Amino acid sequence: MDNAKRLVLSSAPHLRGGASIKRDMYIVILALLFPTAGAVYFFGLYVLLMLATAILCAILTEYVAKWMRRQSFHMDGSAIITGILFVLVMPPRTPLWIVVVGSIFCIAIAKEAFGGLGHNIFNPALAGRAFITVSFAGALTRWIAPVHSLLADGVTAATPLGEGFTTTLSNVELYKALFFGNVAGSAGETSALLILIGGVILLAFGVIKWQVPVFYIGTVFILSFLMGEDPIFHILAGGLMLGAFFMATDYVTSPLTTRGKIIFSVGAGILVVLIRKLGSMPEGVAYSILLMNAFTPLIDRYVRPRPYGYVKGVKEEASP
Amino acid sequence: MNTRVVELLGLKSPAGVHPPSQKLAAGHAIERAPLPKSVILPLQQHIGAPAKAIVKRGDEVKVGQKIAEADGFVSVPIHATISGTVKQLATVASPVTGQPVPGVIIESEGKNEWIELTPADSETLSKEDILTRIKEAGIVGMGGATFPTHVKLSPPPEKSIKSIILNGAECEPYITADDRLMLEETDRILRGLKIVMQVLSVKRAYIAIEENKPEAIARMRQGVAEGSLPGEVEVVAVPAKYPMGAEKTLVKSILKVEVPEGGLPMDVGTLIQNVATLAAVYDAVALGKPLVERVVTVTGLVGTPKNLLVRFGTSASSLIEQCGGADPSADEVIFGGPMMGIAQSRDDTPILKGTNCVLVKRSDIREEYSCIRCGRCIESCPMGLMPLQFVNLVKKEDYESLANYHIADCVECGACAYDCPANIPIVSYIKTGKAELRKSGVR
Repeated sequence: MDNAKRLVLSSAPHLRGGASIKRDMYIVILALLFPTAGAVYFFGLYVLLMLATAILCAILTEYVAKWMRRQSFHMDGSAIITGILFVLVMPPRTPLWIVVVGSIFCIAIAKEAFGGLGHNIFNPALAGRAFITVSFAGALTRWIAPVHSLLADGVTAATPLGEGFTTTLSNVELYKALFFGNVAGSAGETSALLILIGGVILLAFGVIKWQVPVFYIGTVFILSFLMGEDPIFHILAGGLMLGAFFMATDYVTSPLTTRGKIIFSVGAGILVVLIRKLGSMPEGVAYSILLMNAFTPLIDRYVRPRPYGYVKGVKEEASP
Repeated sequence: MNTRVVELLGLKSPAGVHPPSQKLAAGHAIERAPLPKSVILPLQQHIGAPAKAIVKRGDEVKVGQKIAEADGFVSVPIHATISGTVKQLATVASPVTGQPVPGVIIESEGKNEWIELTPADSETLSKEDILTRIKEAGIVGMGGATFPTHVKLSPPPEKSIKSIILNGAECEPYITADDRLMLEETDRILRGLKIVMQVLSVKRAYIAIEENKPEAIARMRQGVAEGSLPGEVEVVAVPAKYPMGAEKTLVKSILKVEVPEGGLPMDVGTLIQNVATLAAVYDAVALGKPLVERVVTVTGLVGTPKNLLVRFGTSASSLIEQCGGADPSADEVIFGGPMMGIAQSRDDTPILKGTNCVLVKRSDIREEYSCIRCGRCIESCPMGLMPLQFVNLVKKEDYESLANYHIADCVECGACAYDCPANIPIVSYIKTGKAELRKSGVR
């Protein structure tokens, strides 16, 4: 009896499934490669430089923040995603120093100051964009037409949702341009097609729920139609596609339950149309998601699954 | 909301998980383990009051002889599982709680001499006589819960029991003990079922078996067709999804109703019995044989995984030896399945009435990260709870709020932790939370 083998004591369950934060994050990165490649294709190598800068700054900032907070740093991929997304929502010729400031803000303020991955209230990339918008407004006014060349400098052009956007294209031709991404806009927002490919990857791996993009985009479609706008134009132009598949689906900053996610998505959809139609800004996707991020704790408080065997009103009797 | 709409919107959470089944010992017929030279018998192998020892050091005992008396209604006696001499009345570590409990150590004289058994014709026995025989045989729920069976079969008169669900789901990975029993001891199980149907005067029974055990399903169907069971008995193939064998999950799956919150299956007129328990009921009532042995699946990182018929009190290490020994890389021994089983600190702990499996494995302790709020735990929870909120509240030491999230309803099946990408030991947090909540006196 004394030579009994020494054993490890762990708590049940002693078996773990295949889910891991890293797996989720790297699937998102894989999906992001499509709109990212599109950004480089349409707007040139400068976008690649922006991406490298943002990713490097994001990782370094997280490393320093973890060191300052005496916590261990994990290369879980979330900082890479923030870096990529931040660039994809910025104009394709954003000065590098703004990319540096913005990506540091994304990680240091929007994420780590709240407690790091899992604790942040706002989507870090969108918070970074909002910060740049209010701090360096001038930097976000220069948009260029797609250059289709790796090195050419851009020619200033208006975005489809912007003031002064005029086109000689027929409706169908415009939809086509918007769908393939051949328009002025933020680096990674222009091509609906490439974003959809990324979105299909996320859905196929079960990383996101279909309800989020469907209800978000669907709400924008229906509401803009009801308000007398061109619904197809509204779902293809601007950042709606990228926001619907990659940012409204962020686990950390969106509600926990599917019911909650639907409420979040419909709310964000309504806000997009209201901001675009009635607000002073041409685009509202970033703010619609940030505003709904703020509502997420409230939604989670009230939208809960029904426990097994729970009937409304009978609860008090059951618990003495 | 309309159920069609709920399904269309994907609001019906799928609940449950699909761990790899790993039924390594499924093809191995039940083998009798060699009789041990000595046994350690903790006097608490059941839920309720520990039994009281009625033997003293030096006493000669035979197999099946009562060595400890039930202490109250919710308690059962313990019997000698080998013949020989009582070597010691000692305090032993409970393999279930790890806490010290009184125990009896018996040394074999190598003869396997039984007490004289008194068979009976169950059809002529009164309900009270049957329940007494079940209690005196020391029978408890052998699926792992170890609740005294005679108590479960004595529902308060105001609860009318209309059906019995025979639980042969065996949803935990690795375990094949019930599967083998259904294949090899069909008759004993069905005779046990007949007795229980007689006791409760029910006319309806369901035999629930996970669809990944087609042979057991076929064998039980054949047994039902041949047998002379009273009333309607239906063998139901239930989806193979963990934790299908949990009582409340099973009730919902079979009867399409939910047990009210805080209630028991008898609140919806049903009662669940494990297949091994019913085989033991038959032995006790018809043959007068006390519960001294059970089928244990010995599996995982062992030479040959097997299903062994084991006397209680036998050390796990001797069973592992009989299966070709443990792989040198193994450093964990689990009593029960990998999802809800209990890790043992030593490999020589004794097999008890509730030990359906000895799982030998390599430890897989992963670093815990922060919750990323992915919601997988909510979707996998069979009880419709929000497991991550329990973790958050326990971390904040806000124990009172745990009740608002229905922590008492958690069955600790571990589906949430199985699916957690952040490796959070959710069940451990829940156990802490329940214990703290109990301390503060809030339900």
